[in-house]
Amino acid sequence: MILPFLVVGIIIASTILVCSYRAIRGPGTFNRIVAANVIGTKAIVLLILAGYIIERPQFIDIALMYAAIAFIGTIIVAKYVERGELCSR
Amino acid sequence: MLAIDVVSTVFLALGAFFMITGTIGLIKFPDFYTRLHATGKCDTLGQILVIIGCMIYEGFTLITIKLLMVSAFYLLVGPAGTHALMKAAYVTGLPVWKKGDKRM
Repeated sequence: MILPFLVVGIIIASTILVCSYRAIRGPGTFNRIVAANVIGTKAIVLLILAGYIIERPQFIDIALMYAAIAFIGTIIVAKYVERGELCSR
Repeated sequence: MLAIDVVSTVFLALGAFFMITGTIGLIKFPDFYTRLHATGKCDTLGQILVIIGCMIYEGFTLITIKLLMVSAFYLLVGPAGTHALMKAAYVTGLPVWKKGDKRM
């Protein structure tokens, strides 16, 4: 039974394509950041589903690492845009 | 077809529905703050529903524990990232959309 995973994976990949419209076009920095954040979330789900599609669920470790890295990237970009610097002294 | 397959397929379909809803909100809403409102809810809920579907399909193994870890981690940090972005935009002075304005 890999057909539901395949169908949901294709749907999520096409929504990533639709989100990249906002990442390319969207006015201002913040719209691009939120589009990149959403694409990161969908990539985590796509990694888990890919692990089930090719029947190799060790991909979940990669998904866990990717979740941590995407969160740290979002926080750092938000802090940089808010303050204009990364570490204040 | 087993009952477990049916239940996990239903959860996967619900997750895909919420993902599509968040994407429509990201494209169609008129403002940065409303876009963040749409994506912050729908993506968290969609991801967790898809992971619950995978957990039901998997049974009780080590993979299930890892999936639970991914889900709990994202449930913790997804709203935190959304809040940080929203506060950064508000402090920087991004204008707020009111009814009757044109889209930003």
